[in-house]
Amino acid sequence: MAENTTSDRNSPPPPIEVRDLTMAYDERVIIRDMNFVVPAGEIFIVMGGSGCGKSTLLRHLIGLMAPAQGWVFRDGVDFWALSGAEQDRMKRRSGILFQGGALWSAMTLAENIALPLREFTRYREKEIREICELKLSLVGLAGFGDYYPAAISGGMRKRASLARAMALDPEVLFFDEPSAGLDPVSARRLDELILALRESLGATVVVITHDLASIFAIGGMAIFLDSGSKSIAARGRPQELLDQGSNPALLDFLTRGERHTRLPAARADGSSKV
Amino acid sequence: MAVSPDGGPVLALAGEWQLGRPRPAVSQLAWPEEAQRLRLDCQALRQWDSSILLYLRPLWEECQRRGIAIDLDGLPPGLRRLLVLATAVAAPLERDDLTEDGFVGRVGESSRQVLVAVLRVCSFVGELCVAVLKLLVGRARMRLCDLITESAKAGYQALFIVSLIGYLIGLILAFIGAIPLKWFGAQIYTASLIGIGMLRLMAAVMVGVVMAGRTAASFAAELGTMQTNEEIDALRCMGVPPMEFLVLPRFLAMTLMMPLLCVYGDILSLAGGLTVGVFYLGFGTVEFWEQLVLTTRLEDLYVGVFTSWIFGMLLGICGCYQGMNCGRDSAAVGRATTAAVVSSIVCMVIATALITVLTVLWKI
Repeated sequence: MAENTTSDRNSPPPPIEVRDLTMAYDERVIIRDMNFVVPAGEIFIVMGGSGCGKSTLLRHLIGLMAPAQGWVFRDGVDFWALSGAEQDRMKRRSGILFQGGALWSAMTLAENIALPLREFTRYREKEIREICELKLSLVGLAGFGDYYPAAISGGMRKRASLARAMALDPEVLFFDEPSAGLDPVSARRLDELILALRESLGATVVVITHDLASIFAIGGMAIFLDSGSKSIAARGRPQELLDQGSNPALLDFLTRGERHTRLPAARADGSSKV
Repeated sequence: MAVSPDGGPVLALAGEWQLGRPRPAVSQLAWPEEAQRLRLDCQALRQWDSSILLYLRPLWEECQRRGIAIDLDGLPPGLRRLLVLATAVAAPLERDDLTEDGFVGRVGESSRQVLVAVLRVCSFVGELCVAVLKLLVGRARMRLCDLITESAKAGYQALFIVSLIGYLIGLILAFIGAIPLKWFGAQIYTASLIGIGMLRLMAAVMVGVVMAGRTAASFAAELGTMQTNEEIDALRCMGVPPMEFLVLPRFLAMTLMMPLLCVYGDILSLAGGLTVGVFYLGFGTVEFWEQLVLTTRLEDLYVGVFTSWIFGMLLGICGCYQGMNCGRDSAAVGRATTAAVVSSIVCMVIATALITVLTVLWKI
């Protein structure tokens, strides 16, 4: 199974389709039999509690980890049936913002952005410099090209990493916990930046997060991974899931556990017996 | 333990409960027959810290074991909340490392891990060979500036330490060698000892050990930190092979620099030997040099340089392998660094033994 899988053969294939995917570390299954499609140009959120397999799913989607079972289709093509060189070409059509930024610490911000341009395009050096400045200014870091990652704040590092992720004008942008480690204001600004870039560039955006503020701010289609049932426990828009959802784990997650989790000492009936 | 008006047992907690002071043991309590609920009375409790929790937690467990409910209403609110937190049972984690295997199972698992490690090393070396071949045909994604930077780190930046160690090792070897040679009046052969010993093997080993602790460890730490910070993942996601982009320049730098450092170490160690010959044994410089040239062959120098070239490859592989296979936490970087030094030295000793035996057998 290596080619076009989506239902309608006349419409272009979705940028990402996951079919019967089971993720596992050796014998330990994380999530089994996942199925979902990320439509082109949409924002798609993968949410769930800590340790439910969100980042593992991201590693499968970006081609860093092979499925234990099942398929990951990129543009209708089974990613893991491709040759190494074809996989590399496919990878370059997406950009990734890693949780910690993952900027190459030995290079300046401009060099970080320039590296993929130098490696995979034939642009002249002047053009590359201009692109670097443009990408940095898009994320609000104009003039910071000569800084090393260690010299800037965590929020700036994430934005610089986003600039690098956009270097090759990718069709799909992946965000791994974009708001992790940021103060609320910086996190909100990054959310707004994601939305603005998505609208401007028309790219498909996949956001892996457990941050409720980001989930509701970014919106879009979402799936909820549940470590208890090791499956996708719910799918839909976050607000709809909150209003109409019935899955207890999902409602606990979306209400920060306030739905029915209380310390025994503060139970509604006032009892404090152990 | 007293009895309450309703007939149930009451445990009175009084006085000061502080860490460092003696506290009673739960096992000393006399439990009444058929007790169903234990009340706690803290009216006379004055000061308390974690000490009282260290008593209440086992008390709670004992009550659970005996099927007795504890009435916590008598506890101060803060203490009650702490006890609830301390007695909460976390959901068990699914862990792979807690399986209870027997002796045979453990041996099997260890053997499997060794086999996996060997296969990983083979795969790494194979990938590196492919990267070198791609470089030869001009298709490797390696930047020349990285090769120059790594060569500088592995080369001239190591000159000071190699100078110091080289000179002192030459000096020490000459001193030690001169003692028995003096017994036979053959102290002029100190020059031969230094020449053959240092040029053929000792300088290569000395430079190898220094570079294992200095550069191979730094490769492991650098690459390990990049692994921890997802920098290597970021490269992979762009389709940039880390083997070509990160490992190849480091491997080549070590392979190219080690023979040069070895020759430099040879010169400095000869200078150390000469110092002993002139100032301790009383020879002239020319006399020492003539003896050195007379008894030392050019092949000795070649063997030493060849050995250091092999060492360079081994150090490059060990340092980079450990870094690339590092875990994703800071402790793993420390382990990778240690493993890089240890594996480098072990590999060098094995290589030295092989080269020594082969060169003797082949009369080189």
